Amino acid sequence: MTAQVAEKAPRTAPAVRVRDRRRTGTWVRFALLLLFVLVFLIPVYVLLVTSFKPLTEADPAQAWNLPKVWTTEAWRVAWEKLEPGIVNSFLLAIPGSLISAVLGSLNGYVLSKWRFPGADVLFTLFLFGMFIPYQGVMIPLVQLMVNVGDTLGIQLYGGIPGLVLAHVVYGIPICTLIFRNYYVTIPDELIEASRVDGAGMLRTLWSIVLPVSGPAFAVVIIWQFTSMWNDFLFAVFLTGPSSWPTTVMLNNIAGAVTTPYSQQMAAAILASIPTMIIYVLLGRFFMRGLMAGALKG
Amino acid sequence: MTRVRRWLPGLLLVSPSIILIAIFVYGLLGWNFKLAMTDKHDEIAEIPGNFVGLENFTGIWSEERWGLSVRHAIVFTVVFVGGALVLGWFLAFLMEKGIRAEAGFRAVYLFPMAVSFIATGVVWRWLMNSATGEQAVGLNRLFHYLGLDFLQWQWFRDPDWGMAAMAIPAIWQMSGYIMALFLAGFRGVPEELREAARVDGCGEWGVYRHVVLPMLRPVTLSALIILGHISLKVFDLVVAVSGKQIITDVPATFMWTAVYDSHDPAKGATIASYIVLSVAVFVVPYLIWDARKGKRS
Repeated sequence: MTAQVAEKAPRTAPAVRVRDRRRTGTWVRFALLLLFVLVFLIPVYVLLVTSFKPLTEADPAQAWNLPKVWTTEAWRVAWEKLEPGIVNSFLLAIPGSLISAVLGSLNGYVLSKWRFPGADVLFTLFLFGMFIPYQGVMIPLVQLMVNVGDTLGIQLYGGIPGLVLAHVVYGIPICTLIFRNYYVTIPDELIEASRVDGAGMLRTLWSIVLPVSGPAFAVVIIWQFTSMWNDFLFAVFLTGPSSWPTTVMLNNIAGAVTTPYSQQMAAAILASIPTMIIYVLLGRFFMRGLMAGALKG
Repeated sequence: MTRVRRWLPGLLLVSPSIILIAIFVYGLLGWNFKLAMTDKHDEIAEIPGNFVGLENFTGIWSEERWGLSVRHAIVFTVVFVGGALVLGWFLAFLMEKGIRAEAGFRAVYLFPMAVSFIATGVVWRWLMNSATGEQAVGLNRLFHYLGLDFLQWQWFRDPDWGMAAMAIPAIWQMSGYIMALFLAGFRGVPEELREAARVDGCGEWGVYRHVVLPMLRPVTLSALIILGHISLKVFDLVVAVSGKQIITDVPATFMWTAVYDSHDPAKGATIASYIVLSVAVFVVPYLIWDARKGKRS
C-alpha cells in the first residue's frame, strides 16, 4: 500500500507541472495571436475611420484619431464616382464565373471519369496555364483581339465580352483542377453501373454526376467571381473607359492627387464589399478554392 | 474500335478547352517570344518586324531601368517570400494544437485574401506615407505617438530598401493563406506518430524537430511555389501603392510602360518573356514532379 503511494507520488508531480506549463503556454499563444489580430486590423481601422471624416479633419496631427464629426459625405461622392465600375464588374464576374464553372465541370468530369489516352499529360499542360504570368500573353492577346475585331467584326478588345473571354480561358486550369479533384471522390462503380445500364457519357453526367456537384460549383463560382472582381492586370490592358471595372476605376480615383483621403478610403471599402460579403457568408467554399490553388497540398 | 468509341466522346467534350488553352496559353506565349525576337519597336508600323534573334534579350541589360527593376524584384521576392513564409508558419504553429476562438483568428488572418491589391494598396499608401516630422501621417505618425520617432523612414520611397517596404502589404495579404496551408499540414501529422516519438523519449521540441517538421516539407514547397510566382509577376500592388514611379519599378510595371508609354511592342514582349522564364524555371520542374508523384500514388 505504502509502496504503491510512494511509487505514484513522483509520477503525479511532474504531470501537474507539465499541465501548468501547457496552460501558460496556451495563454502565451493566445496573447500572441491576439496581438497579430490587432496588427492585421490596423488597415481596417484606418479605412473606416478616415472614410467617415469630414475634410476639415484631414490634418496630419489627427490622422489616427476618430472623427470628431462623423459624415457619410465621402461615401456619397465615392459611390457616385465608382458606380459605373461596380456595374461593369458585375457584368463581368457573374457571366464569367458561370461559364467558367460549366467548362470546369465538363473538363473535370472527363479527366476523372471518362479518361482518354494522354489525359494526364494534358492535365499537366493545363496546369501550367494556371502558373503562367499573364504578362507573357498580354501583348499578343491584345493584338489577337484587335485582329478578330478587324477581320470578323466581333468587338472583343476594349469591351466587357473580351474581358470575360480572357478570364474564362485563363480560368480553365484552376476550374478543371477543382472539379477533377472533386469528381475523383465519386466512386467509379457508380459511373460503371450507369454505363452498364446503357447510359452514355452525357446521360451519366446529367443524372449521376451533376446532382452531387453542388459544392464544387460553389467553390469554382466563388473563386472565379472573386478573382474576376479583384483582377487589375487584364482589365487595364483589355478595357476602355466605358468598360472599366471597379479595380481600374478605383485606381484612377485613388491615384488622382486631388482626391481626398476620405474619398479614397470610402471607394476602397465600396470596391471590396461584394467579395467581403462572399467571404463572410461563404468562407468555407472560398477556403476550399484557396486550398485547391495549392495543387495537392 | 470499341476502345476508341469508349474514350472519343470524352476527348470531344474537352476539345473546346484544349483548343482554347492551345491558342491562348501556348500559342500566345509562342507569339510573344517570336515578337520579342524582332525589331518591331514601333507599334504603328504595319510591317511585322525583322527577326533579330536574341538581340533584345541581351540589349535590355544595358538599360539602367531594367537593371533597377530586376534588383527591385529580387529584393521584393526575398522579403515577401521569406516574410510570408515565416509569419504564416508562425501563426499556424501558434494555432496547431487548437486554441480558443480558432475560427475567429483564422477569419481575421485570411480576410485580406478576399480583397484586391488595388483596394488594400489605397490604405497601405497612406500607412507608408513618406512624410516625417510634423507632416507625418500613417505609420510614421504612429511611431511618433509611441515615442519611436527613430523608426520613421521613407518606406517605399527609400532608394535602397524601398522594395522591402513594398513587400509589407504583400506579406499582410498573403500570410493568412500560408498559415492555412501550414495548419492543414500540421493537422495532417497523425497523433500516433507524435505519441510514438514521445514514448521513445523525445521532448516536445524533439517531436517537432524530427517528426512534424519533415512532414511539412511538401506544404512548404507548395507555399514557396505559390509565393514565388506571385512575387515575380507582382503588378497590381506596385501600381496601387506608388503608380509608375521608377523608384519602385518592377519588370511587370516596366513592361506596362514599355507598351503604353514607349509604344515599343518588342521591348514589352522581351520583358514579358523574362517574367515567364523566371517563373517557368521552377514551376515546370514542380509540375512534372507533381504529375509523376500523382502517377505513383
